[in-house]
Amino acid sequence: MSTRGALEHVGTPEPRTPPVSSQLGLRVAVLGGIALVMFGIIFFRLWYLQILTGEQYVQQAAENTLRHVPIAAPRGQIVDREGNVLVTSKVTNAVQLVPWELPPAGPRRRALYRRLGRQLEMSPRTIRELEEKGAKEVPYAPVTIKTAAGRGALTVLAERQNEFPGVRQEEVSVRRYPDGEMAAQVFGYVSLITKEEEEPRSPQHANFRGVLAGTIVGQQGLEYQYDRYLRGVPGAQRIEVNSEGHAQPPKLPATKPRPGYTLRLTLDLQLQKEGEIALRKGMELAHGLGHPGNGGAFVAMVPGTGEILAMGSYPSFNPNDFTKPLTEQELKALDEEGQGAKVGQPEPVPLLDRATEGAYPTGSTFKPITAIASLEAGVLDPSTPMGAGSCITVGAEEFCNSGKNDYGALPLVEALKVSSDTYFFEVGELDNSHGPVIQHMAHELGIGRPTGIDLPGEREGTLPSPKWLEGRDALEAKCTREHHGNPCGIVAEPDEQWTVGHNMDLAVGQGDLQTDPLQMAVAYSTLANAFMNNGEGWVPTPHLGMAIESPSGGIMQTLSYPPRRRIKFNPANVDLVMEGIHDATFETGGTSADVWSGWNQEKLPVYGKTGTAERPPYVEQAWYMCILPDASRPIVIAVTVEQGGFGDQAAAPVARLIAAKWFSQPLKLVSGSSADK
Amino acid sequence: MSPLSPITAPEAERRAQAAAQEPRRGSRLLLDPVLTLTVLALGICSVAVLGWVTSEAVPGQPHYYSERQIVYLAIGLIGMVVLARIDYARLRHYKVAIYTALILSLLAVLGAGSSANGSVRAISFPLFSFQGSEIGKVLLIAALAALVVDRSRQLHERETTARVMLAALLPTMIVIAQPDLGSGLVYVAIALTLLFVAGVPWSNLAGLLALGGAAIALVLVAAPAVGVQVLKPYEVERFTAFLHPTDNPEHKAAYKASYQQLESTIAIGSGQRTGSGANSTQIKGEFVPEDSTDFVFAAVGERYGFVGAALVLSLYALLIWRTLRILTLAKDLFGALVAGGVVAMLMFQVFVNVGVAVDIMPVTGVTLPLMSYGGSSVIATLLAVGLLQSIYVRARAAEALKGRVPR
Repeated sequence: MSTRGALEHVGTPEPRTPPVSSQLGLRVAVLGGIALVMFGIIFFRLWYLQILTGEQYVQQAAENTLRHVPIAAPRGQIVDREGNVLVTSKVTNAVQLVPWELPPAGPRRRALYRRLGRQLEMSPRTIRELEEKGAKEVPYAPVTIKTAAGRGALTVLAERQNEFPGVRQEEVSVRRYPDGEMAAQVFGYVSLITKEEEEPRSPQHANFRGVLAGTIVGQQGLEYQYDRYLRGVPGAQRIEVNSEGHAQPPKLPATKPRPGYTLRLTLDLQLQKEGEIALRKGMELAHGLGHPGNGGAFVAMVPGTGEILAMGSYPSFNPNDFTKPLTEQELKALDEEGQGAKVGQPEPVPLLDRATEGAYPTGSTFKPITAIASLEAGVLDPSTPMGAGSCITVGAEEFCNSGKNDYGALPLVEALKVSSDTYFFEVGELDNSHGPVIQHMAHELGIGRPTGIDLPGEREGTLPSPKWLEGRDALEAKCTREHHGNPCGIVAEPDEQWTVGHNMDLAVGQGDLQTDPLQMAVAYSTLANAFMNNGEGWVPTPHLGMAIESPSGGIMQTLSYPPRRRIKFNPANVDLVMEGIHDATFETGGTSADVWSGWNQEKLPVYGKTGTAERPPYVEQAWYMCILPDASRPIVIAVTVEQGGFGDQAAAPVARLIAAKWFSQPLKLVSGSSADK
Repeated sequence: MSPLSPITAPEAERRAQAAAQEPRRGSRLLLDPVLTLTVLALGICSVAVLGWVTSEAVPGQPHYYSERQIVYLAIGLIGMVVLARIDYARLRHYKVAIYTALILSLLAVLGAGSSANGSVRAISFPLFSFQGSEIGKVLLIAALAALVVDRSRQLHERETTARVMLAALLPTMIVIAQPDLGSGLVYVAIALTLLFVAGVPWSNLAGLLALGGAAIALVLVAAPAVGVQVLKPYEVERFTAFLHPTDNPEHKAAYKASYQQLESTIAIGSGQRTGSGANSTQIKGEFVPEDSTDFVFAAVGERYGFVGAALVLSLYALLIWRTLRILTLAKDLFGALVAGGVVAMLMFQVFVNVGVAVDIMPVTGVTLPLMSYGGSSVIATLLAVGLLQSIYVRARAAEALKGRVPR
């Protein structure tokens, strides 16, 4: 603390300013001296703490066995676009075992478990297993062994507390899905964070960074995707643990948890409910025709913004089942449910979201994509009639219309209206000589690539092309090398060459094409956007999240999902395709004209395309895609029913019900009777 | 030097020519380099320590607190540069306005503030919370210094001492009522140091100390005896906890204070010579409460050991030495007094905060300037440093005119 400067400065007062005191130097020296002494004391104290006795504190730090036991925060609600509650957290009574009050392990604890088991109608073994599992997951924390126990049992436990040491009743917050199986794959479910998820190398780790063991986190669906907002911040209770590892009663009050934020969705609860009912009705229609109809999905979205209004998949599961305390065996049993089924097999896989994770050919619903691709590439003259006859023969292969119908040679609009396969086979043949015409447009429209929806586990699908065949072979070759020459089965017959037949299959949505209702909804939305904006199309990002809100309702963050890309179309081409699929719903002979009979086409014109995808050895898969480009409430609807038969029989009626609900029209279930493919 | 003063090419050329013609004058400095570098170094230490301490405080956002601290530091540094360019002497003319602003902001906080840990210290705005007592330190320094200068010819009169002390006690009382005892003590330290630097007779100072002793006795012993609680019981308990550490949880505040200091010493001690580094358990295990604000020094001690703690303390020593140096350089009494006030604020906060962390002082709740997390504290400290810069720059300019360049 130098004071020399001060002393020099003394006695040289500045003109026009009050003079500096003559004692200044001395007083500054005193201040400096105080600072010097204080620094000295602190340095000495630090030296003492860290260097002289540091070893002792290292010991103490190691023995410092205060544990942090988290207090769960109530998860945030999920509400629909109008604020209707879709998923909530209910406070319920839980019976808990408190480790620091339990009798020591041995006969006394076994006797307690027996007494407790009688009251709660549980086997003592189950109680022991739950307690052991809890102790493993979060050491020294109270373990919930039963939620929503009967009032009688609770009264007994409360009145005879001294008979049940270490047993207490606590209010805990439990996830509730009031509508049960509705949109279960979209919401996902919750469970305790697993050891694997805490692993830094696990793929889920980024989503659960900083989450403490013993926290309930979202598994799958929106619960997973928006977990960081929904889970809140747990409170904490400090528990001291003595040298024998036995927990002591806490001394400090607990810090309170902060409840999770509310997630507002783009979903419309009423439309969602109607969609679920409609899908079941569609499957009943399929059953009526003798088809298995054992799975399906629907998507309804706003084409311009990508807001999903309704999305469902059947069969479903009840996410409420995951919220009860389950022993490891019970958990395993639930986990395995539906997992025995291999993809592509007809067994129901309830956990699979068929709308975003399905992998299907689309049948004729692909034709508008083929049409716009060929028109935009300048390959197709829309006025040239094509597709005469009931079959096209290329080389040794024969490509036929469904039921060997002969529509005669038709121009494009007519071919779309009656869904002439022979016409589009010829278009596919024509396109193939101009390179990947269909593939290029389909890729732009989002087929065979992730849509970017705010859900985990979205499937990419497959858009067949010469390049894809080569890539597939290369993958197989690499895998075979890694497995020392054993084939991996990625490709059944390696070295398959791209043929014109591949392209003809793709042109009608068959062959190796694998996509799902969401990708198709995105592609049709792009078409709808181009139609409504004079050829200026954009590929929307489908999304379910709209905003993050505080538990009291204030908006914290508006979620934004800008379009993926923009595509400029020739408006005349878009109009031609749209005319074709409008005639299909409207004019006599149109593939879904029966289904829309009695619909107010003047006010609410429908642009729709049926599809019947062949998936041997199964019954055909029914598809329906439609656009209702209403100025104020535009909507695109995609429906598919596995093994449902023809598109107009099982899928189109579902779409009509959804559209009717959206536009408050009479809910009429009308099944078509055309033999479209 | 400063991004806020872009130098156009022609002007730079002109300046270069001027410098060439008058080599002895040197170029005009906009900031004191030593002070600036010290402050920047402390800011970097703060961000590094906070980044580590709070990496798990907000799940999914490991940089939540450190990013905010960077923003606060940036705002404070801009404020510092702006203040450095303003002639501090002008503040003298606004002393009534400054004092009024001080009282009003403290009252506003008391009236409309939100409750943090049971006391009303801050008004919450959407992006930040305004803690009036922090910025009040700077306002008080300016107002009291102006008052002393006005009475510089009557310094020996007892009335001067009395007036200054009364002017200081009003905001002190409001702050203690919030209750923020720590800041109240800083205010008292500022007032006493200002009088001391101004050259008030030793006898007056001794009288003040005697009065202060009597007041403490009154507050701690006599007033409670007749049923008047000036301090909150927990504040008294914290003092008694320091003298008699307790592990009886019924005396909640005393227990908590004992617990905090015990955990803090364990954390610091276990850091040993070079720190526990990534293996640190005490801070990460959240054994030390308030480890990003009042007990941030414990985090430094555990993570970086004696080496780190000594480095941080050395930076503070440098800061305090430089402030004292600027005090002696000041070209007028007002500047010297302002620098004196800043010295008091820095010294008190550093010694009390670190003293608490190493368990040689009772828990009072003051922040460690520039290290503790918090916008109000960081910005207030940097504004105070801005005043020092202004004093330095003007002193240097005045000396340069006389051909002497102080360093």
